[in-house]
Amino acid sequence: MATAPKANIVREDLLRVEGVTKIFDGAVKAVDNVSLTVATGEIFALLGGSGCGKSTLLRMLAGFETPTKGRIFLAGEDITDLPPYKRHINMMFQSYALFPHLSVWENIAFGLKRDGLPNEQINEQVEKMLALVQLTKFAKRKPHQLSGGQQQRVALARSLAKRPKLLLLDEPLGALDKKLRETTQLELVNIIEEVGVTCVLVTHDQEEAMTMASRIAVMNEGYFMQVGAPDEVYEMPNSRQVADFIGNVNIFDGVIEEDEADHVTIRSEECVHYVGHGISGHTGMSVGVALRPEKILLTKEKPAGDYNWCMGEVTEMVYFGAHTTYHLKLASGKVIKAQELNNTRDLSCGLTWGDTAYAHWNEHAMVVLTQ
Amino acid sequence: MKTDANLDLKSGAKPVLKPSEKLAVSPKMIKWFSQSWMIAVYIFLYMPIVTLVIFSFNDSQVATVWSHASLRWYAALMKDSDLISAVLLSLKIALLSALISVFFGTFTAFALNRYKRFPGRTLFSSMASTPLVMPDVIVGLSLLLMLVSLQHWLGYPERGLFTILLGHSLLGTAYATVVVTSRLREMDSKLDEAAMDLGCQPFQVFRLVTLPLLVPALVSAFLLTFTLSFDDVVLSSFLSGPGYSTMPMVIFSRARLGLNPTINAVATVTIAVVTIAVLASSFYTSHQERKRKRETAQAYSDTNK
Repeated sequence: MATAPKANIVREDLLRVEGVTKIFDGAVKAVDNVSLTVATGEIFALLGGSGCGKSTLLRMLAGFETPTKGRIFLAGEDITDLPPYKRHINMMFQSYALFPHLSVWENIAFGLKRDGLPNEQINEQVEKMLALVQLTKFAKRKPHQLSGGQQQRVALARSLAKRPKLLLLDEPLGALDKKLRETTQLELVNIIEEVGVTCVLVTHDQEEAMTMASRIAVMNEGYFMQVGAPDEVYEMPNSRQVADFIGNVNIFDGVIEEDEADHVTIRSEECVHYVGHGISGHTGMSVGVALRPEKILLTKEKPAGDYNWCMGEVTEMVYFGAHTTYHLKLASGKVIKAQELNNTRDLSCGLTWGDTAYAHWNEHAMVVLTQ
Repeated sequence: MKTDANLDLKSGAKPVLKPSEKLAVSPKMIKWFSQSWMIAVYIFLYMPIVTLVIFSFNDSQVATVWSHASLRWYAALMKDSDLISAVLLSLKIALLSALISVFFGTFTAFALNRYKRFPGRTLFSSMASTPLVMPDVIVGLSLLLMLVSLQHWLGYPERGLFTILLGHSLLGTAYATVVVTSRLREMDSKLDEAAMDLGCQPFQVFRLVTLPLLVPALVSAFLLTFTLSFDDVVLSSFLSGPGYSTMPMVIFSRARLGLNPTINAVATVTIAVVTIAVLASSFYTSHQERKRKRETAQAYSDTNK
């Protein structure tokens, strides 16, 4: 959302991963034939649940694991077999991994000293990094004398100090509480953009991926299910799994009845869907119709027309403050979720438990899923 | 009695004291009992030591009969060159064997914890800890047999300082490995990865990150192996040669010939040194711990302002 336009700018590829597979102990396929390219300046997110292979892929980029098959290129150079200390890649670790025996200043200077730079240059760069993350006055403190948010900024400064070509972020905000996470997210993106470093980040939190990344790869069982900009992945998921993983979704099973260039109708048990655009399918094909809860409007009155509405009983109401989620039990027994914005201080649609309600939606609200 | 105490503590919080009424034990009695039990344990543990210290200031020739206080045996200790050279030898052996043990123990622990699986790892791991469970007598005897045959075939080593050092280092390495291993296990391996990520080659990772963080464990391993060596009688007896008697050996042989009050004096000096060292180190650690906690709390209140 925040960085969406970036994806449209054509840039040279910085990172290229070609058919990388990682098999552990000869049996467990953690990463399965993954290929991807990341352009210079992009923030690329690997999103998936635990055990989906995202961390293994990141560790292979950093050099802590060697791929069983496939090659990794950074700026055209094959780095597959290079050890971590010879790659122009730095990583910000999940729990920061700050050196507890060194001060903030020494932590940031650690990588620069390994390069054997002259002292003035090290001083200058460390000061610059401290200013960047606004920790200049904490330079002499040890990591345990810092709060979680400050530790996170030290970790960022340390991984940026060597001016890496590629920055890896492993669950960058995972250790922070919710409130702090929201402010830190934007701060982090601002710093990364100020420095102009290319980024690959790993997260299980879809909100984090959406707010920070210019492109997202949704991973499952070691392969990419879908790669695209945040709004693409959310509004145009290519499969039931992706639709289900990113946000909430109601999926109706149906069959294509009418297949025209400008519209299709799909009959499901609950209702008839009129989709206002053509799809790649044919009459009689079984498809899924995905509908996000926030795109459904609930009313007490029966809507006009024959399409895109269904009737049900309110079985559950979950109040979130800004919006309320209603669970609607349809005649078929299917339960759908509808999210209504609370735009007045009394619950705007006036529905409560046990009421009969009509759910209806726009002809452009749903996505037809063929897989 | 332990269960009684538990029962009573539980019911003590409530106004109705049913279980304790049944047992007819009041909380007061429990308190009295536990305190006297504690005192009894302390007497059992420390009475012998206190007796020893008191009798070291005894003027009598007979170690078990009190006449009047004097520093006579301390004066005798100063002139007892046998005993003093035994103490010096013990210190020398303890210092050297502790250093050797910590050195080898650290690398053994490192190989077992930080390397990828290598052939023979399980065997190596169990061999490293065998001396811990093997009776000292067996270790001493087998070392002696080996050294005797070596000397027979090669004319080397002569039994003495070197052979005692060898035995103590063997035992100490096993203990040091255990201490360092437990620290390495709880250390975040992400720190090693972070160091490598920032450009450290494997040995630099060890020197700049692992080793500094291991220092507390190295100190405890050193103190442990030092103490082990300093009070060892069994291995030393097997492995020493003429002219090389350690302090425990001298004390042991003199005690067998009849208690000599000089022994009380040397023991008292040892106790004093150990007590001061232990107290100082525990005060230092608890001070550090409190300071650290204060600073951590400070960091959070700073950001909440």
